[in-house]
Amino acid sequence: MKVTTDTICSDLLKEVEEYSGEKVASCIQCGKCSGGCPMLEAMDLLPHQVMRLAQLGLKEDIMKSKTLWVCASCFTCAARCQRDLDLSKVMEGFRVIQLRQKGGNTMHPRQLTPEQLKDAPQQAIISGFRKYSK
Amino acid sequence: MKRVGVFVCWCGSNIAATVDIERVIAAARKMPNVVYASDNKYMCSELGQASIRESIEKENITRVVIASCSPRMHENTFRKTVAAAGLNPFYLEIANIREHCSWVHKEGEVGTVKAISLVRTAVAKAARNEPLTPSSLQITKRALVIGAGIAGIQAALDIADSGYQVDLVEKEPSIGGRMAQLDKTFPTLDCSACILTPKMVDVAQHDNITLHTYSVVEKVDGYVGNFTATIRKKSRGIDMEKCTGCGICYEKCPVKVDSEFEAGMAKRRAIYVPFPQAVPNKPVIDRENCRYFTQGKCKVCQKLCPAGAVDYELEDEVLTVEYGAIVVATGFDILDLQAYGEYGYGKHPDVLTSLEFERLVNASGPTGGKILRPSDGKPPRTVAFIQCVGSRDQAKGKAYCSKVCCMYTAKHAILLREKVPGAKPIVFYIDVRTPGKDYEEFYNRATDEYGATYIRGQVGKVYPEGDRLIIRGVDSLSARPVELEVDMVVLAVAVTARADAAGVGRMLGITTNAHQFFNEAHPKLRPVETHSAGIYLAGMCQGPKDIPEAVAQASAAAVKVVGLLNKDSLVGNPTVANVDESMCSGCLECTQVCPYDAIKEKSITERRGRETLTRTVAEVNEGLCQGCGACSVACRPGANNLKGFTNEQILAEVDAVCL
Amino acid sequence: MSVAKEGFEPLIVAFCCNWCSYAGADLAGTGRMPYPANVRIVRVPCSSRVNPSFVIRAFQRGADGVIVAGCHPGDCHYHSGNFFTRRRLSVLRRLLEYMGIEPERFQVRWISGSEGAKFAQVMTDLTADIRALGPNRKLRDAL
Repeated sequence: MKVTTDTICSDLLKEVEEYSGEKVASCIQCGKCSGGCPMLEAMDLLPHQVMRLAQLGLKEDIMKSKTLWVCASCFTCAARCQRDLDLSKVMEGFRVIQLRQKGGNTMHPRQLTPEQLKDAPQQAIISGFRKYSK
Repeated sequence: MKRVGVFVCWCGSNIAATVDIERVIAAARKMPNVVYASDNKYMCSELGQASIRESIEKENITRVVIASCSPRMHENTFRKTVAAAGLNPFYLEIANIREHCSWVHKEGEVGTVKAISLVRTAVAKAARNEPLTPSSLQITKRALVIGAGIAGIQAALDIADSGYQVDLVEKEPSIGGRMAQLDKTFPTLDCSACILTPKMVDVAQHDNITLHTYSVVEKVDGYVGNFTATIRKKSRGIDMEKCTGCGICYEKCPVKVDSEFEAGMAKRRAIYVPFPQAVPNKPVIDRENCRYFTQGKCKVCQKLCPAGAVDYELEDEVLTVEYGAIVVATGFDILDLQAYGEYGYGKHPDVLTSLEFERLVNASGPTGGKILRPSDGKPPRTVAFIQCVGSRDQAKGKAYCSKVCCMYTAKHAILLREKVPGAKPIVFYIDVRTPGKDYEEFYNRATDEYGATYIRGQVGKVYPEGDRLIIRGVDSLSARPVELEVDMVVLAVAVTARADAAGVGRMLGITTNAHQFFNEAHPKLRPVETHSAGIYLAGMCQGPKDIPEAVAQASAAAVKVVGLLNKDSLVGNPTVANVDESMCSGCLECTQVCPYDAIKEKSITERRGRETLTRTVAEVNEGLCQGCGACSVACRPGANNLKGFTNEQILAEVDAVCL
Repeated sequence: MSVAKEGFEPLIVAFCCNWCSYAGADLAGTGRMPYPANVRIVRVPCSSRVNPSFVIRAFQRGADGVIVAGCHPGDCHYHSGNFFTRRRLSVLRRLLEYMGIEPERFQVRWISGSEGAKFAQVMTDLTADIRALGPNRKLRDAL
């Protein structure tokens, strides 16, 4: 995705800051979060990259990244961050944004495997809350 | 009957766009005592001032109200205008209708009503203004410089060269400060000691400089031109007259403790000279560690001293000296790394601070200038330098940039390569900041000629594996994880204000910022002055800066001091407290609240009928009084009043505000 | 000034010390930070110059609220002036409370010369407080 005036002027930053309560704009890209992250090997975007993409408003790139779901919320980044940011909250913010794409990311029960179906009702309730309670 | 003239300024559109000037003038003309009101586009311009002068003469105006910007901006300008028209300058009052009105109340009606109220208040006060004459203050032609690092040394030398006496006070046993600890200096790579030591010797030999090492300033009283400082010269346990500085005494001292000068990289004795080029080059006994002082016996040094100079009974000496001006050059500390477990400092001997590395590189340092790993004494092949350790860190460290680290890290990379051929310097950074003459070029040499690899990314973790150190981080530009095996890690630790800076500030009556660096009077236009007249700043105590900047600031402070000491006398503040002896009951409550000890009791004799009575009253020393007015409030009979802000004036203002 | 509650615009007298709070008010101006015009500033050299009787006089003459603003404790230009302010005016506050004056009507705040935004905020909040309380009827001189 290309950086354009539209991406820079988009509401993504405002949105994720509102959900996470973290001042994403204050990230200075020092990379210390990525430097200490134990899940780094499994990520396609490094944590500091997610922050940068958020500052530039590149929503699609973030939304299709595995990183949001790989983050283990271990808070190592939060403990290290020089700008006092908690990246696990930012990741959760993006997960919420992804889940709340109302109607756009539904799944038919037939697509689920039998093992998944066993937990489906409980998960559906939780996802419903996350998705529709704003 | 007072004849008040009101002059309303438009300030271009700054005031006039919000406030209806015509209405203000019309309202002013109806206020009590007002005989004249007019306006001008720019009252502070030469034309505006001329119109004020002319009107004063033509209309026979005796009190002047100018409705314009803040008095903090142009009060002095307009006082001169009023004085030029033959009136006492303190007949002027300013109604602040810009900062306090047109700029904050955008709605015209509201702004105009408030402007009228502000003018009415100023008119009420002006009608009660009395002529005031400033007193003249003498100046003690002697300066005090606190701290003898490079900034203090430079300031002292410049003041002394201008012909004034300077007392240079240093709390350590030697002068030299942090610069003496450094090896080479950027961007020229000339050796720190080689350029500093001659200055230290100049200080020691200068006729106009009195050096007090191992001394602290305990108390400062007084005000510009007339400070009184109490200096405690801590006992060295050495008779400085007898000591020849031969150095036999410390050779056999049985106590070994970490040397402060060597940043803990080497040991010193309990009787010691901090470093070979120390000034004065005479030892000091560290009473906290000396075996004689801790256990009551030993006295080896005394037995060995051929001059008989060791004297354990010597006591602290306390001096009280008067000064006209003070330069504060108390320097800096480096951040405590307790909160930074991830870098492994303190857990692994090969993780060093940059100051420790500086000693390691230094030819007179613990390894004689060879870069060797503290753990096994072998030269390192790869060294990682981590910048911004505690700097630019709002969470655990300091939010500011320490300013010197980028440059000294480039210097360390170059020195490493020069001292250990083939060694690889790797620098972790957030941004490389090199504003300064020849600085960017110096950094380019580190990367281009000395093979330093710069990785943009902060390190997440440093931990030992075998006898080496593993660094985990990320290169944020390529977004690739980084895992390095290195032999040594050097941390560019944030510089901080001295731990006792806030206390020193309170002692001197100067303020500090959120990080305990001393505040300059204006960040751009008055960078070496403080808000306390006669006290100036130099060096790191005011904020992070490198050696050239510290020296420049020190010379600037020296010029300010010399400019002050050159004057024959100072014009005092005329808004001082005044005691009406006929009303004073002699309770002396006012003397209790005065922060300057400016009020003393006095006996007066007066005749009452046929009797002659002697009674006590309070008397204000106008030279000492700074005009805070705390005493006027404390006065129960109302005999004490503050000139320029009298009870009558303020009550008149309150009445006018509430109309 | 009308004592009616309809369209009530409170009158607030602010005693500001020259070195901190007055400078803070200047900074609010320089930064164009709006606050209600109900606030009228009286400049004093130090908050310790404010005699409790000045405050009472303001209430007597019809002020609906009074604020005394000085440097932060420890930062007084005159070293210790605001410590006196703190003591004297705490006593006054108790006295006013005893007299049945709502304590919100009389406030003491520390605003430094660099706190323009804080100045504007304090004045905005104070005006809102006083507006909610309505006019000062207890202490004003008979109309």
